[in-house]
Amino acid sequence: MSYILEAHNIVKQYATHRALDDVSVNVPKGSIFGLLGPNGAGKTSLIRIITQITAPDEGYILLDGECLRTQHIQQIGYLPEERGLYKKMKVGEQLLYLAQLKGLSEREAMDKLKIWFKKFDIKTWWTKSIEDLSKGMQQKIQFVATVMHEPKLIILDEPFSGFDPINANLIKDEILELRSKGSTIIFSTHRMESVEELCDHIALVHQSKVILNGSKKEVKDQFKENSYTVNFRGVLSDFNPDFELISQKNGEEGINQANIRIVGQASVNQLVDNLINQVELVAFHENIPSFNQIFIKAVGDKMPVETL
Amino acid sequence: MKNIFLVLKREYLVRVRKKSFIVMTILTPLLIAAFYGIVVWAAVGSFNNDHKTIQVIDQSGLFKNQFKNDKNTTFQFTDEPVATAQKKLKGKEGDLLVYIPADILNEPKGLKIYAEKTIGPMVQSRIEKIIQKELRNIKLSKAGITQEVIEDANQNVNAQTYSLDDEGKSQSSSTIAAYVAGYAAAFLLYIFILIYGAGVMQGVMEEKSNRIIEVIISSVKPFHLMLGKIMGVAAVGLTQFLLWAILSFGVTTATQAIFGFNRFTATQEVMNKQMEQDDPELKKEMEKQQNGTLKVIQNFKESAESLPLTQIFLCFIFYFLGGYLLYSSLYAAIGASVENQQEAGQFTFPVMLPIISAIFFAQLAINQPDGSLAFWTSMIPFTSPIVMMARIPFGVPAWEIALSMALLVLGFVGTTWLAARIYRVGILMYGKKVNYKELSKWIFYKG
Repeated sequence: MSYILEAHNIVKQYATHRALDDVSVNVPKGSIFGLLGPNGAGKTSLIRIITQITAPDEGYILLDGECLRTQHIQQIGYLPEERGLYKKMKVGEQLLYLAQLKGLSEREAMDKLKIWFKKFDIKTWWTKSIEDLSKGMQQKIQFVATVMHEPKLIILDEPFSGFDPINANLIKDEILELRSKGSTIIFSTHRMESVEELCDHIALVHQSKVILNGSKKEVKDQFKENSYTVNFRGVLSDFNPDFELISQKNGEEGINQANIRIVGQASVNQLVDNLINQVELVAFHENIPSFNQIFIKAVGDKMPVETL
Repeated sequence: MKNIFLVLKREYLVRVRKKSFIVMTILTPLLIAAFYGIVVWAAVGSFNNDHKTIQVIDQSGLFKNQFKNDKNTTFQFTDEPVATAQKKLKGKEGDLLVYIPADILNEPKGLKIYAEKTIGPMVQSRIEKIIQKELRNIKLSKAGITQEVIEDANQNVNAQTYSLDDEGKSQSSSTIAAYVAGYAAAFLLYIFILIYGAGVMQGVMEEKSNRIIEVIISSVKPFHLMLGKIMGVAAVGLTQFLLWAILSFGVTTATQAIFGFNRFTATQEVMNKQMEQDDPELKKEMEKQQNGTLKVIQNFKESAESLPLTQIFLCFIFYFLGGYLLYSSLYAAIGASVENQQEAGQFTFPVMLPIISAIFFAQLAINQPDGSLAFWTSMIPFTSPIVMMARIPFGVPAWEIALSMALLVLGFVGTTWLAARIYRVGILMYGKKVNYKELSKWIFYKG
């Protein structure tokens, strides 16, 4: 697998606080990569090193196989968590300015912006001041500013905050489209449902270290408990020691539900055999942990509740 | 480099298009012209008073023939008691009552002038002069000095000052013009550094509190952003200065053409004639007094030409840029370190202190352009732009200017380096109250 971004053994030390401690992360090309972690874990520090806002104390970063250099700025688009634009500047001028800072010529920037303004149906905003736009509208402008130079690597920090569901969906579709066009997206968020929906790789940073890293499947496999949910009619009573009944509840219309874990060496088929001898099966599926559960489990009780 | 230019361009355009900039740029020369106009008008207008009658109660009996009527003034001697005469003044605007006590020779302070309204300084000094002169004449003749000797002793001395140029040729110079030019240049520089330095700080604070800073510095190096901003604001300052210079010159010339000099000289002639009728002696006195101001205005062109105008102009540009760069980088560092105006206060004061003291040193330097205080304060980069500008119209040796400029360049390179190190840490620091100890730590942070 080829990686768009490789971070090797990054260390970043602030006066009394080690923000990143030997962090290594590989982001596969063309993926949507979830950079997860509780507040203060070191995500922003890592992002600022990738965007060359700060430099690491130790370690190095490769972008598309090359050591990170100033020229790479043009290949990265960054949407910080704290959004901000020049309030008094006109939308069009501001975007042209930001595009030129990313190395586009005025003409190229103009052509690209026209496409985006058409796509988002915001042509009438061109001459408006940012301060005259609603927060959601400003967010859209900021999103355009992040991706208009068609960067190879797009870093989005909490991209959906401040959007209503309709606009959040619009942005989600844009993210998927950018990926299909070949961009890689690093996606930093606390909202696990969007991680579930979009990400195909994740890294979980906690207390300045990477504690989980891999593809969606790898990570989930790591947290699977070999347990299954069964919906059935009848009564479950007899259990082989290979199986453990975790919970059982009676549902509507005579359909009950049970959670069963395979503890011994038994196979799934043996469990099913065991079940159909006792009850009429309605549904049977493996319990795959959600990222939410994985996050809580991995980060543990140290995690303050309100940030989940 | 390209990014510095982009930042500069944005900074310049945004500021130049601001309404406040346009209003300030147009209004200031108009205000200067209006002020100039009012001064001229007042000078002209004050001699065009209506006819007034001046009652004189002369208890000493010494001044019977000393007050002479002219077409605007009639003197009437009266023996009425003061209280009665005072009552008569009621309702007669412009009329005066002069009371001369019997023992005026021994008690000159007993002289009293009454009017319904305030008394103009011109009238007052005219009356005082007449009485003063007469008292002196009386006392001198009592001491045995004849009228001829007194006349002869009234010599007018009015020095022409010359400054020797490099070729030893003497050039008429006017100290007063150098004084005015020096002070104006120093003061303008002071205002520019304060206003535009604070402008840079505001701009940096705005970017920080807007949170756009993180977007920008993911595209531009913080140092480049800071430089671009500082240079953009400098360009705004230069634009304003040049526009002011052009507009002020235009408007002032127009004002002069319309009602300035012609009317002024005409009035002066009227005044001269009037005073000649009055008293040739008094005329000389008045002339002497007025020469100071009249000469400046009348001969201003002449004496201004004696000033090294090109040198003043070029030095002004240099010292503006140098002084501004030195201070604005410090202002930028402050703007980056704080989150609001209140917090900024504690850090701006130490930066403003040398600027404010520079304007004091400049005042001292004008009075003693070659003094050692003037020399040293025009070498130290923190005060040199303002103090040196105050000295230059008086003529400063080339090596001094060169040394001062070189030190200024070193100074701003130094402050910019220092400021950049604070700036790059400060702009990303939120929710932390900073103090000097903290700032000094930032200077040594790694990339």
